[in-house]
Amino acid sequence: MEISQNEFLHLYYYLRLTRALEERVATLYRQGRIVGGVYTSHGMEAISVGYASALQTEDIIAPFHRDMGAFLVRGITPGEVLAQYLGKRTGPTKGKDGNVHMGDLKRGIFAFVSHLADNLPVATGAALAFKIRGESRIVATNTGDGGTSRGDFHEALNFASVLRLPVVFFCNNNQYAYSTPLHHQMAIKDVVERAKAYAIPGEIVDGNDVASVYLTAKRAFQRARAGEGPTFIECKTMRMHGHSEHDSAKYVPRELLEEWKKKDPILKAERMLKESGYADESDFHETKMKVDKEIEAGLEFAEHSPLPEGPEALEGVFAANHIEVLI
Amino acid sequence: MTTSTIAHDVTYLEAISQALDEEMSQDERVFLMGEDIGPYGGAFRVTEGFQQRYGQWKVLDTPLSESGIVGAAIGAAMMGMRPVVEMQFADFISCAFDQITEMAAKNHYRWGAEVPLVIRAPYGGGTHGGPFHSICPEAWFFHTPGLKLVAPSTAYDAKGLLKAAIRDPNPVIYFEHKFLYRRIKDILPIEDFIVPIGEAEIKRTGRDLSIITYGAMVHVALEAAETLDQEGIDMEVVDLRTLSPLDTGTLKDSVRKTGKVIILHEDTKTGGIGGEIAAILAEECFNALDAPIMRIAAPDIPVPYSPPLEEFFLPKTNDVIIAARQLAAY
Repeated sequence: MEISQNEFLHLYYYLRLTRALEERVATLYRQGRIVGGVYTSHGMEAISVGYASALQTEDIIAPFHRDMGAFLVRGITPGEVLAQYLGKRTGPTKGKDGNVHMGDLKRGIFAFVSHLADNLPVATGAALAFKIRGESRIVATNTGDGGTSRGDFHEALNFASVLRLPVVFFCNNNQYAYSTPLHHQMAIKDVVERAKAYAIPGEIVDGNDVASVYLTAKRAFQRARAGEGPTFIECKTMRMHGHSEHDSAKYVPRELLEEWKKKDPILKAERMLKESGYADESDFHETKMKVDKEIEAGLEFAEHSPLPEGPEALEGVFAANHIEVLI
Repeated sequence: MTTSTIAHDVTYLEAISQALDEEMSQDERVFLMGEDIGPYGGAFRVTEGFQQRYGQWKVLDTPLSESGIVGAAIGAAMMGMRPVVEMQFADFISCAFDQITEMAAKNHYRWGAEVPLVIRAPYGGGTHGGPFHSICPEAWFFHTPGLKLVAPSTAYDAKGLLKAAIRDPNPVIYFEHKFLYRRIKDILPIEDFIVPIGEAEIKRTGRDLSIITYGAMVHVALEAAETLDQEGIDMEVVDLRTLSPLDTGTLKDSVRKTGKVIILHEDTKTGGIGGEIAAILAEECFNALDAPIMRIAAPDIPVPYSPPLEEFFLPKTNDVIIAARQLAAY
């Protein structure tokens, strides 16, 4: 196995934490306690957990809305996530924005906007800053299969390739963009074909295999860090819930979901952990108990956090004016 | 490029170059990116010689990719750089609209990330550019919270506002008027100076009425004021300089003094900045007004190419004179 026990247990822990947290969020939504949209990565957790775990602390991520695992790996706590969903002042956006629209420069996370693929040029720009300054930091960014149809996707890939920037593009290909299936999204079979046009090396990985995502990401990050330019990694997976929790996703054939249920990333990781002798059922149980406890503590924190006062809406439109007179 | 330390007649275009040169030489975070700005020196030659001096990564030629360029500038800005992006023509800024309004403008509000970004937008008509090389797109962004907009009318302001924009921690769109590039000059101070963002300036004081304007139209207003002066009409010319956030104090003070006001802009009339200024004055200075607020702006049509059509489109000195006479007689 190319992956150590510690590395794999780390990945497994974050798979579990992500799954449990998003299940909790979905429940809160059904209970009417979360008033806004809820977009989960259920069944796709291996992608964001895998790539984020392969980064170094000083690197940057520009994630999208199926990347809860990446937020957690980078140090956003379940309490902060729940506070964000509940619109609390203690959330990363202090109630200004909801769901996974959160970022923190100190933890190297660019906040996502709803316009898919907008984060790709921005990720490219962070990589440009590193290149200009001669730093060995890199950037990882992700978007969905649908997002790759937008112009910003193409502008970012072209820009990054021409300038050989240290950025790695991931695509969570979960086969549906809201209700639009892949064959209505693009005339090509694999999203990775798009990378060819930009002379960017492309790879396809099993997006439900956290070890594969992790190891593939690691190799691509190494290339980027060595100044060899961007890589595009298509992670094949399946969106197991609706686009958001309000969406029953009746347009997805049941058989397809049944088939992918068997490929669940947590089940897969557990199988591999057992086969490699890295962990057994009791370890899985222990991890589950641990993450459940963390989420309960997080919910307690979020629920006891204050809501913002209405007029706080007026704050922060501009950064404080600290014009530096340099001479 | 040693001109930056010498005070002599500096054109509006040279003033922009000087501001970029000075900010780049004293702050290594500042870098330029855009289409054809490198060896070619930019479509208007604002960055001529810059790449030789600062290298290809600090004066970065990019693919034709306005959204990609602005997006990348946002990312670099959040990583501590101070990018100055050149839109080859302000008209092309529509391709980057989404990155400007959704990403740059909202980042600080949403999650506290500063985006110290400057977008230089060569704008305006009078140069026979036709529908795609002439527009005044400021109103699109005027309606977007989180952006600062400046539009200098003189070489002095061009230099001082660009330096202030580069040092500002927020996204600033810098509207530089193409018609003024080589037509006006100023004597500039040797020492470092900025023109603070958010401050209008009275370019000519007057008693009888105020005209509020910006960009190339400041010169139209000043020319009209000279003619009107000979007729005994004393018109005050208020140059906004910063379009957002508006210096409403200076506008209101001027209107309270004169009691009559014309709002003049080159942008088309409906939904233009003039409508908002009129509303502010009506809301907050109603009792000081001795006459209805007047607006002079371009008609609601794309900017046409053929000289007689473009001439018809652009607000002219005579339009101002006629309106001012009406107001004075009111």
